[in-house]
Amino acid sequence: MDLSFTDSENVFRDECRSWLEANVPPRALPSGDTKEGFSLHLRWEHKLFDAGWAAVSWPKEYGGREATLFEWLIFEEEYYRVGAPSRVTQNGIFLLAPTLFEFGTDEQKDRILRPMARGDVTWGQAWSEPNAGSDLASLKSTARRVDGGWRLTGQKTWSTRAAFCDMAYGLFRTDPEQTRHRGLTYFMFPLHSEGVTVRGVDRLDGDEGFAEIFLDDVFVPDDEILGGVNQGWKVAMATTSSERGLSLRSPGRFMATASRLIDLYHRFRDRSDPVLRDRVIQAWMDAQVYRWFTFQTVTRMSNGEEIGPDSSVNKVFWSEMDVRTHETALAIIGDALELDEGSPSAVDAGDWIKGFQFALAGPIYAGTNEIQRNIIAERVLGLPRK
Amino acid sequence: MRFAFTDDQKMLRDTVREVLQRECAPEIVRAVWEGRADGARTAWNTLAETGVIGMTASEEFGGMGMSELDLLLPLEETGYAAMPGPIVDTVAVGIPLLEAAGTDAQKERWLGPAAAGEVRIAVSFEGRGIVPHAASADVLIADRAGAAYCVPIDEASVHPERSVDRARELGSVSFEPAPSHRMREDVGTLGLFALGRERAALATAAQLVGLSRRMLDMAVLYAKDREQFGKPIGAQQAIKHRLANALIEQEFARPTVYRAGWSMATSARDAEVDVSLAKIYAGQAANFVAKAALQVHGAIGYTIECDLHMWMKRAWALAAAHGDSAFHRERIGRHIL
Repeated sequence: MDLSFTDSENVFRDECRSWLEANVPPRALPSGDTKEGFSLHLRWEHKLFDAGWAAVSWPKEYGGREATLFEWLIFEEEYYRVGAPSRVTQNGIFLLAPTLFEFGTDEQKDRILRPMARGDVTWGQAWSEPNAGSDLASLKSTARRVDGGWRLTGQKTWSTRAAFCDMAYGLFRTDPEQTRHRGLTYFMFPLHSEGVTVRGVDRLDGDEGFAEIFLDDVFVPDDEILGGVNQGWKVAMATTSSERGLSLRSPGRFMATASRLIDLYHRFRDRSDPVLRDRVIQAWMDAQVYRWFTFQTVTRMSNGEEIGPDSSVNKVFWSEMDVRTHETALAIIGDALELDEGSPSAVDAGDWIKGFQFALAGPIYAGTNEIQRNIIAERVLGLPRK
Repeated sequence: MRFAFTDDQKMLRDTVREVLQRECAPEIVRAVWEGRADGARTAWNTLAETGVIGMTASEEFGGMGMSELDLLLPLEETGYAAMPGPIVDTVAVGIPLLEAAGTDAQKERWLGPAAAGEVRIAVSFEGRGIVPHAASADVLIADRAGAAYCVPIDEASVHPERSVDRARELGSVSFEPAPSHRMREDVGTLGLFALGRERAALATAAQLVGLSRRMLDMAVLYAKDREQFGKPIGAQQAIKHRLANALIEQEFARPTVYRAGWSMATSARDAEVDVSLAKIYAGQAANFVAKAALQVHGAIGYTIECDLHMWMKRAWALAAAHGDSAFHRERIGRHIL
């Protein structure tokens, strides 16, 4: 066990820090979950990519810098420490890309990865359907074989930022004879194409962060299938493992939130009491513990171990920690907590009530925490399914 | 950065696990509870033969000079087995203190025999006059008013106290200091005792991780086995979620304890913050798992016929020993706020 950073890791950290400090926009961008904010965030993504920071762990041929997983964690710590913009490319870079590296053909990787990382082509997820949420395998969307490709029909929903994105990925039933997890195929498909209608849906915080996608006989060529016909479930599980695991939510983000909370606590010191103080300490401790937990997981991954259902343990922890931390911030702010972004007297420009609403989504997306606990019980602890 | 134990460290863990499976089965713990056996002596002796009891002593005194980090996995196994006896006190705290601050005569008399498993050490930090395993230990190491003492137990007075965990063998200890009891004063003795407190907290946290693992194993086994409404109770979502929560608590405590072990072994900056985190999370996890395991067992878990209670009561005691959550949270608070 060696929990110190190596010299080269420290050099990497310095390099991240100096570039970020010199380049991060001095004023926070408007929310990336609005049309205006999204395009401003994309400009930032172009800049990140052109300097080689968009996807540090990727191979150089795709615009990465072949950083180790630990270096990636370091990058994330520095990224969130300076308060850099949220990553509107995340559904591509952090979720689709790991799946592409595992299952994609060389042609797909060459075609898709660089534009994805630069933000020239943006990606949304399209898993849920109106009647297939937690029970994803009950989905109804279909793909019909035609000459040279497939015709997609159905409805997807809760697609994050799909109202602004160019492409999406999701599961479609390709074998009508099969049921449940069998006979599904993982497709990548265009959102601006004949037969596709995208309708934005305002989220809890009022941003148009969600969208519904209606597909009516939309043509998709064969080379937009990821991982083979009728192999979709297995491929999708790789994506969800990234989403629940650490690629979506590395410790740097939560350490930065804990630091901002401590700063808030000091500014509102006259409102402090022992209970609030304990809650602030708890928030800091949770972020710290999540960091050690992640270092342990990354060591396992670096040794080539599969993380599998253990990623559910991770997801429950970070999502519930994030809610608790924001609740603590709101308790510190007191009755001013209701002042929303855009309100002249809002504390920290309304970031905490906004962040609280965002945090509340954590226990729901990427598989609700109820589903995660089922997975933990059945696949980690080995309790009977029925 | 590499957050994993070495193969050697894991092999030592496996050895301890096998010894304790064989020689510290629940019947042994129960026998100690009922006053029928003296601190799982057979297991203690076997662990001494394999070098575990002496692992923190230097080679000169028959040990292996191992670090706080090396100690964690073996101690976790002693928690898993709810092994009775002053193993934390002797191995993690007593032997290093004796070696660093004992006089030649004290080391001559106690250190080699302790490393060989022939004598057992109890430790009384200042302000903690109620000492685990006071009655069954052979020698007491204590700090009082800035001085350190090494007192043969038959020269101290020990009044039994009764722990909810009967295997703790608590005693209220006092002694009249004699010149022969004084430990060295020229070696920064106070600092050494402060370090001893950190080691005691860390080692206790490691045992708590082991206790959690065992209680969760018991609960999972029971949930798979026990049938109601025509199926195992573990198929019910209410049980699944309770046990999933218990696993989450345990899985986050574990690396926190390992991190603290590394910090102590390398004298890292702010090591005491890491020790506090370890003690808090290990204690909270053990208390959480204990409650979940009891609930899953239902009424049978609420009896002393069921083994669970011996682990549960150990968890209560150890979660509060060597600094409870409030103590350690305050230490962290002073560091970060």
